[in-house]
Amino acid sequence: MTLGAAYGALSAGALLWAFLVSRLRAKSWETKSATGAVHEGGDTTLTPNWIGLVTFLGVVTSLFALFLTAYHMRMMDGMEHGDWVHFPVPRILWVNTGVLMLGSIAMQWARAAAIRDAREAMRTRLIVGGVLTGAFLLGQLIAWSEVRTSSYFTPANPAVAFFYLLTAVHGLHLVGGLAVWARTVKKLFVPAAKAADVSQIVVLCTIYWHYLLLVWLVLFGLMLST
Amino acid sequence: MAYVAMADRDDPHALHDPQSFVTKYIWSQDHKVIAIQYGVTAIAIGLVALVLSLVMRLQLGFPHAFSLIAPTDYYQAITMHGMIMVIYLLTALFLGGFGNYLIPLMCGSRDMVFPYLNMVSYWVYLLAVIVLVIGFFVPGGPTGAGWTLYPPQAVSKGTPGATWGIVCMLISLGIFIVAFTMGGLNYVTTVLQARCRGMTLMRMPLSVWGIFTATILGLLAFPALLVSAVMMTLDSTVGTSFFMPAMVSMGHSPTHSGGSPLLFQHLFWFFGHPEVYIVALPAFGIVSDLLSTHARRHIFGYRMMVWAILAIGCLSFVVWAHHMYVSGMNPYFGFFFATTTLIIAVPTALKVYNWVLTLWRGDIHLTVPMLFAIGFIFTFIHGGLTGLFLGNVTVDVPLSATYFVVAHFHMVMGVSPILVVFGAVYHWYPKITGKMMNDFLGRLHFWITFLGVYAIYLPMHYLGILGVPRRYYAYTTTDFPQSVQELNRAITISALIVGAAQLILLYNLVYSLFRGKPSGPNPWRATTLEWQTPDTPPHHGNWGPKLPVVYRWAYDYSVPGASDDFIPQNVPPGPTAPATHGHGSDT
Repeated sequence: MTLGAAYGALSAGALLWAFLVSRLRAKSWETKSATGAVHEGGDTTLTPNWIGLVTFLGVVTSLFALFLTAYHMRMMDGMEHGDWVHFPVPRILWVNTGVLMLGSIAMQWARAAAIRDAREAMRTRLIVGGVLTGAFLLGQLIAWSEVRTSSYFTPANPAVAFFYLLTAVHGLHLVGGLAVWARTVKKLFVPAAKAADVSQIVVLCTIYWHYLLLVWLVLFGLMLST
Repeated sequence: MAYVAMADRDDPHALHDPQSFVTKYIWSQDHKVIAIQYGVTAIAIGLVALVLSLVMRLQLGFPHAFSLIAPTDYYQAITMHGMIMVIYLLTALFLGGFGNYLIPLMCGSRDMVFPYLNMVSYWVYLLAVIVLVIGFFVPGGPTGAGWTLYPPQAVSKGTPGATWGIVCMLISLGIFIVAFTMGGLNYVTTVLQARCRGMTLMRMPLSVWGIFTATILGLLAFPALLVSAVMMTLDSTVGTSFFMPAMVSMGHSPTHSGGSPLLFQHLFWFFGHPEVYIVALPAFGIVSDLLSTHARRHIFGYRMMVWAILAIGCLSFVVWAHHMYVSGMNPYFGFFFATTTLIIAVPTALKVYNWVLTLWRGDIHLTVPMLFAIGFIFTFIHGGLTGLFLGNVTVDVPLSATYFVVAHFHMVMGVSPILVVFGAVYHWYPKITGKMMNDFLGRLHFWITFLGVYAIYLPMHYLGILGVPRRYYAYTTTDFPQSVQELNRAITISALIVGAAQLILLYNLVYSLFRGKPSGPNPWRATTLEWQTPDTPPHHGNWGPKLPVVYRWAYDYSVPGASDDFIPQNVPPGPTAPATHGHGSDT
């Protein structure tokens, strides 16, 4: 953590504040005529689920950003003290990364089908996306096992500890996504389920999947490069 | 299918009508019931923290009189008192309690947008409280590491609760954060999405602005606590060394190596300082509404008040290391954080000026909520001024380990928000129950509490300047003037009286529920929407068949030409309710 980063954070805060202030300029004490148009209240172009998801992704971003900050700070300390021992990441992580990418692509195709309201195609692609994600998680467990049996394994090595920690936190977020995925798939087998509702959830699932792929790429890149 | 705005959904049955006692009062998805559940649970665990503070004060005031209080008990009481008060009482009460009750009603919504998630949020919070309480009964008792839980002390042998107690605390915090996130997503989405027609962002009451901004702070800051809690749990249980350095502890060879205690401090305070504003911003918002309503005057500088809330929210993320001046940081780093800390005083002072100017030439009604609101202005100014001392590195370093700090933070984020909580309870109790609280008991409660907290905390500043260190179990071998012990005794007696005075509030809450005078729908003649519901207490769905429509801001009090001294937000402009507020007039 450098002083530059601190000033960067201050500047970002100032910019955010200036943006908010520029958007909030209404003189609300000046009441408009009753016969004129009445503001429609909450935002009508976005659904609550969409705003809820974006807000949640903000929380997840904060969580991973803080984990990465901790990773960086601990690594700097560890390199100075000599207790941070680099270890080669298991090769299966490359395969897992490819599988997660395919899962994300399948979800994107499911989204396309959802927008066209093609229920059958949506169901098939959604199932493929979920199964690939399950395969990714299985691959992560295999990677855990490889590290566990390697000569590098010791909880005292913070590099190993962070490997388990970051993959576990990322995996838990995917498990949460799979819980929503399972409910959605179940709905797709119920003919009475409203197509519009299911389609909306599929679109949101796709955003979540892409986001977690992005997070994984950052984590994987970090583990490869340090 | 086109999306229908929440504001245009008039059918209350589109929601989740409760069908039985269980779904109405226990597994309830109604925001008002959930608010009460949050409130009752928070107050219950808060009373535990109050008793713990009295245990501490008995030890400090009469150090040789209570052999039951061992040093271990003292440190456990300190730790649990601090954590419960900050997280499980104040955060839960302001956001889970008042946030749940006020957001949908003040925004003209039928409920939160994710009612099921809202219900789960409460039950997960209750689970967090239960795990916290379990910590009192595990081998070794609860953690006694101080509320900041600094490693390596928190997980080292010799510290009370260093095995089971600390794990219970960390798990409980993790569960709390999950609960808060579920609730927070609801508050943010409801404010952004479910406002009724006409309720623009800049027409929202400041209570909603305060709660909304505090929620965003919480959603971004609590992950820092989660990260540190997870990593410390691993240090404590599986032998990682994220925070734990190599250390010979009580003759045992080191089991950890290389961990960074300073990393924990950064993470903790990156959460810890915004946490101050997570508690303070809702209090700022609520007190603004109390002052305006009971002074029959529009809030002074509404737009600036909103901007100040946002500015404080942004700045709260860049001041955290002023809690770490004594950690040996780079002097330039200290300079940066001293600067940001003093900058945050600007929007905060602006709010204080505006509260005072709201009272200026107002038609002040010294009701019980108003007494508490004015009391808040006093205590907050005092706590804020001592904050200017401690924000400066050179002044903070000698004072950091003394009672001056205890006095400062209790005045600014203990007493001040609690006074607002009390004011808010007296103010909204009539809407929640349909009954007025007993006025005499309310005034008695106010005066004992207000004068009592000064009797407690004012002398602590003196103790701090004398150099009396905080966190000490006893000072028997330390050479302080006799006045130190005498003051400690006086503080303890005051604390016992103030603690007992809270029983008056509890009695009043129960007594008024059964014997209180009927309040009618709008006893304070307030403008905001929660007072305009067709039923008091509001029924499920809040608004009957039609949602309200808002035509004006929340502060149309004493408008020239109006037939009454308040115009509710849902009253359209007309002959008896002029369209333009007399901004800058003599009202």
